[in-house]
This record gives sequence, C-alpha cells and structure tokens, in this order.
Amino acid sequence: MQAQLTAKDIACRRGERLLFKGLSLDCAPGDALQITGANGVGKSSLLRILAGLLRPFAGEVSSTGAIGLVDERLALDANQPLGKALAFWERLDGCSDPGRALDVLQLEPLLDVPVRYLSTGQKKRAALARLLNRNCPIWLLDEPLNGLDTQAQKSVEALVALHCGGGGIAVVASHQPFAVPGGKALAIEDYAA
Amino acid sequence: MSAALALLRRDLSLLMPGGSGGGVLPLLFFLAVAMLYPFAVGPDAQLLARTGGGVIWVAALLAAILPLEKLVTGDLEAGVFDQLSLRDVSEELAMAVRLFAHWLAFAPLLLVATLPAAALLGLDENTTRTVLLGLLAGTPGLAAVGLAVAALTASMRGGAALAGLMVIPLAVPILIFGAGALSRPDTSGILFTAAISLGLCALAPFAAAAAIRAAQEN
Repeated sequence: MQAQLTAKDIACRRGERLLFKGLSLDCAPGDALQITGANGVGKSSLLRILAGLLRPFAGEVSSTGAIGLVDERLALDANQPLGKALAFWERLDGCSDPGRALDVLQLEPLLDVPVRYLSTGQKKRAALARLLNRNCPIWLLDEPLNGLDTQAQKSVEALVALHCGGGGIAVVASHQPFAVPGGKALAIEDYAA
Repeated sequence: MSAALALLRRDLSLLMPGGSGGGVLPLLFFLAVAMLYPFAVGPDAQLLARTGGGVIWVAALLAAILPLEKLVTGDLEAGVFDQLSLRDVSEELAMAVRLFAHWLAFAPLLLVATLPAAALLGLDENTTRTVLLGLLAGTPGLAAVGLAVAALTASMRGGAALAGLMVIPLAVPILIFGAGALSRPDTSGILFTAAISLGLCALAPFAAAAAIRAAQEN
C-alpha cells in the first residue's frame, strides 16, 4: 500500500482567530515537506489537523498509511525510567527490534533514568525513538530540532532523509532551517487569513 | 486484545500502590476516618455498632475521590491519548481498561481495610459481612463515576477539587442502597447497589472517552 497524505483547501480556527485558510498539500511516497512560519501562525495546529487529531474549520484531509506524530508532548510517563516508558509503546506497536532506534539516537545509557530527569534534547530523542520503533510510513514532526545539539540535529535530518528514501512521507514543522530531501517548503504565512 | 493487555499493564504499574503514581493514601484516609469517629462520638458501643456501617460507607466514598486527580489529567497533558488515537486505539478501550485498573488499585485494599475498621467500630459479624458485600457491589460504581468525572474535569484548572464535588451527588444512589442494606434483613439493597454499579460501569468508558475527545480538540 502506497502512503499518501492529502489536504484540500483546509482552514484552521483557534478560538476566535482564523489562523490560515485555503491551504492544500499533497504528499506522495518519498516526499518531504517543511512547514515554515513564525511562532503562532499555526504550524502545530496544521500538523494536528493532518494527524486527524483536530478537525479543520474547513476543507478535508485524507491519508493512506499509519501516521506517526512527534510534538512537544512526550507521551512518556514522567516518573518511570525511560526504558520502561518506551517499552509500553513498543508492546503496543508490536515492535520487534527496539534496539536499533536506541542505538541510532544514542539513548542506551539513559534507559534507567526517570523521564522527568531527561534534558529537553534527550526527551526529544526519546520521542523520536518511539516514532522509529513504530515503523509507520507518514511522519509528522513538530519542531524536531528543538533542544538538540548540532550532532543530534544532523542525525535527525539523516533519519528523515533515510525515511523518505525508503518511500516514507515526512512533514516537518520547524522555524529552524531543516534540510529536507528535495527541499520543498510551505510557508503558512502565504495562507494567513 | 494485545493493546488492552499493554494498556492494563501500564495502568496497573501507574495506579497500584507502590507504583510510580499510586499510593496508599486513600487507604490511610479511610482507616483514619474509622479511627476518628469513636473519638468524636464517644465510646458508646451500641451507638458505634449501629452507625459504624454507615461511617465505613462514607469513608469509602470519600477515599474513592482521592486518586481521581492522577487518573486522566497526566495522560491528557502528556499527549498519551493523542498517540493512542494515532494507533487507532479508541478512547473507549483505554477508559474501560483504566476503569478496571482503577478499581483494582483501590477496591481490594479497601475491602481488606474494612476488617480493621469494622473492629475499631465494634461491628458484629453480620453487619461486617453486609458492609463488605455492599462495598464489593458498590466500589465498581464508585470507580466508574470517579473515572467519568476525572475525564470531564481533566482539562480544567483546579479540576481535581471540582471532581471531588461532582462525584459526591453522583455517588449518592450507591450510598443509599449500599448503606441502606445494613438496615434490611434481606440482600435486596446489595443487589440494587450491584445493579447501579453495573449500569455505571457500562456507561463510564463512553462518557469518559467523549470527554477526552472534547478536551483533545482544544
């Protein structure tokens, strides 16, 4: 089954404010797309709409293939050691090889550390490990570079390139420059209402 | 099925006493009420034996409110429900599992603690048995009301205090029939309590799931 992510003419309203309207995008396997824009223009809302977690104010979204989302919310239990917190999602996703993600993201030394003691960058890497373990074709990344050091930033960019090279789709919302394969970018400001 | 098992395992590790989030606090609270009551009304054994069963019921109801704060709020804030919906795990399933885990985390211990509480209040064997059976029938209902209210108030500031206030009126039917069984010679009160509990347990996962979906939209 080919992965596909399409949004047609969507608009997003938060409270009384219309953030953007008339936004369309179409991602085929191997596509990577960077969403750019200043704080508060609706990057995160757009990702949540694409993920199906938020109803668009207008327009429609359709997707084929499982969607993985990494945003600022970790979904890992703060009081549990990282290994145990990740293990829950591994069981749920039926992941057979969690070691690879831990290795790529250099999380092995942190497995015994309770999640609440992790630094911002380490938490981000943990969330990315959860995404990798799931092996889903569509990635939605919300500010994936936040808090990461230069080396980790490079490896996240490499992971995205690898994912798209293997026929996956990646939509990356980032206010920082993010080297996506193909270099496609969408500026939300163009659709500001 | 495997999703339900994974969820149950996680919920139990979070909610069980000794788990990372749980605690024996509700239990101590429950015992403290049973201990304070004789101090407050005096050492009249007859009065204690007559009213003790009701006191245990009130203490159990209030103890059931204590764990509500951690029941849903943390997962909602941490985005756990977002990740579950992305995996097509319905909120209903997550809430049904949580209801079971929540009941397991507080009710069996509460039933055990009822024995020392009954001894402190000088309840006779018959009354103690009626209280135990009543609590066994009523605690699933208390857990169900608690879960639904915890989900409803999860996204509010100061939701925990509000949850406590909202549980009390909803739990009144359970209290009326559960504690009412003490003054009846037959078991009809306990059966009524069980019926109310079953109804609440059937409704609560759906109510809680709807509340969570509404909170996610914000």
